[in-house]
Amino acid sequence: MFIGHFTERPYQDPESGYFGATGLPIKDLSLSNEIYDPILGSDLYNRYLDEKVYAEEMGFDGLMLNEHHSTPFCMGGAMNVEASILARITKRAKIVLLGNILPIWDDPLWLVEQLAMIDMISKGRLVSGWVRGTGRESVSHNAPPAYNWERFQEAHDFIVKAWSEPGPFRWEGKHYQYRYVNPWMRPYQKPHPQIMLPGVVSRDSIVWAAKQRIPYIMLATQLEPTRQSFQVYHDTAKEEGYEAGSQNFGYLWKVHVDETEELAEEVARKFVQGPSNPFLAGNEGTANPALLKLPGLTSRRRILPTANVATAHRGGQLSRSFEEQVEDYTIISGTPKTVIPKIRHVLEYLRPGSVFFWDGDGAMTHDDQMRSLRLMGEEVIPAVREIADELELRSPFEVSPKTGEPIGEISEEAASVTGD
Amino acid sequence: METSRIAETLGILKSEDALAVSEASFKESSLELAGSTIQMRTAGEGKPLLVLHGELGFPGWMNYHETLAVDRKLYAPSHPGYDQSDGIDWMMQVRDLAGWYLEALDDMDLKEIDVIGFSFGGWLAAEMAVMDPTKFRKLVLVAPMGVKPEEGEIYDIFLNLAPDYLKEAIHDSNSCDEFDLICPDEPSPEMLELWEVAREQSCKLGWKPYMYSLSLKHLLHRLKNLETLIVWGKEDKIVPIDAGRIYHESIPGSSIEVMENIGHRPEIEKPNEFTKLITKFLGSK
Repeated sequence: MFIGHFTERPYQDPESGYFGATGLPIKDLSLSNEIYDPILGSDLYNRYLDEKVYAEEMGFDGLMLNEHHSTPFCMGGAMNVEASILARITKRAKIVLLGNILPIWDDPLWLVEQLAMIDMISKGRLVSGWVRGTGRESVSHNAPPAYNWERFQEAHDFIVKAWSEPGPFRWEGKHYQYRYVNPWMRPYQKPHPQIMLPGVVSRDSIVWAAKQRIPYIMLATQLEPTRQSFQVYHDTAKEEGYEAGSQNFGYLWKVHVDETEELAEEVARKFVQGPSNPFLAGNEGTANPALLKLPGLTSRRRILPTANVATAHRGGQLSRSFEEQVEDYTIISGTPKTVIPKIRHVLEYLRPGSVFFWDGDGAMTHDDQMRSLRLMGEEVIPAVREIADELELRSPFEVSPKTGEPIGEISEEAASVTGD
Repeated sequence: METSRIAETLGILKSEDALAVSEASFKESSLELAGSTIQMRTAGEGKPLLVLHGELGFPGWMNYHETLAVDRKLYAPSHPGYDQSDGIDWMMQVRDLAGWYLEALDDMDLKEIDVIGFSFGGWLAAEMAVMDPTKFRKLVLVAPMGVKPEEGEIYDIFLNLAPDYLKEAIHDSNSCDEFDLICPDEPSPEMLELWEVAREQSCKLGWKPYMYSLSLKHLLHRLKNLETLIVWGKEDKIVPIDAGRIYHESIPGSSIEVMENIGHRPEIEKPNEFTKLITKFLGSK
């Protein structure tokens, strides 16, 4: 079992009137950055980095970051900058990027270089995920959504080649062309860092991940549709002639632990407060319907069972209350004693080899997050490891998703051969 | 000559695809042209007039089609990738599409034709004409995209849903008889799908720079011997009228007509006034 920590790093400014427990709702892509306070931003960036350092100290295997653009709900517009810092100030945990938004890069050689540097500086701790991005990413970086999927696939192929084959070589593709590919940096891990694919909506993506034998991480979706979507991966794996296992699957959802049941509930309610986020069930901002329907961004037909409860179709109308989310396990909160059996339920239901606890988000404070991290380290993580062992849930760092073969203890040596 | 006869002569019509649409004066067919299969509508007899639709695809058979087909042979294709026409993978900019169209016109054995292009289709018409001015007899550009206005910005169709865009395109939808045809209150699932198909294809061709070419303006001088009419609605909120000024100044000898109380779709908003203007221009020597 691989256990990661995630927060979306919201921009919280109680003074603005927009953010915080009683904030005004936000319409997607309609809030001017003239209200942005860089002093506050500075504090928040440092807070979120401190929390990651503490998460490592408390025993998390992975420190997960993500990236969105032109929006207050995620401060990681240049996620690789945060990852670079973590590469230097942490020692053991993997730095899990879920992920870089491939189609918005006009020059993916920058990614080849940046990520190889992060992998070297961290001594081989990079896990490199790719995403296709939401509409706001395409709009912010002016990348044509109708070519999103083509650019995703071509950029992936290009990056993997640039990481794993000696240069110089030429790349003459449809969307990317280079006459001299010979970056003066190579990834620490051979042949390259483990790749992951997080997602929620696209059937094309999960089928592609299964064909590439890349672990697929489902992001904050309800359990039954998630299981059905994982089945698409299983079915594709069968067609490809292999048996997918827990190493091929990951799941991210909201988990908060606290000292008492009362405090846990009070704080967990902050998941649905704070910066309005079209992604965040229970506290969606006003979605921009055109942004959700950018031409060609995802196939209008080839969508997953999770799509109807996920971002692309949420649009505020499928909002689920805090209570509903607690009811269906998409928010788990409580003391370690009550949280652990609920996590067991999720693990039994989905059988993921990687999990990411989404915490410290919405209107939660630094103290809220630190208490939860401490209790996770002291009680929850050890218990989850035991449950995972009992259920034989192996991570992609224990069993290779590429071969299905065990790869031994989690160690630098092992990690160095798990690149897919 | 009937379209189907021309097509049969040329061996380009798949006869089983020829559709006779009831109570309409046009014929619809599926044609093999320049290596692709496209949806074509034809009507009338006389000198050929090619009608190039805009960014949301063929709008349906409208009054202006009917009137313009009275004494000429009208060709109204759906561009590759729009409506029922097959998409073409290598086509990534409007100039690619323009080159394909010239080959398609060769396949149809059409020469010295008149062409009228609307909005995105106006940009396409200008690109085709610049590439081969001798192919055309007269050129009509109706609020064409394709050049960067110095004042104002071209409306972003991709950050707005199709019905919102259409409402913005029409100056006064209450006095526009055909508005409900192009933008019904409750569009059918088929219509919604065709809009999305069109938006996706327009996105492939015009996302960046957004709906203009940096070089077209400098090539428009090639149209010095091609009689060109530019038509603009004074209240156009989609393509700023300053783009009309640039077209007009860049094409020697061109004329420009600015229509009062009309937005981006003069052919829909005031079809009688519009077709009179066009008929007069095309009819003159």
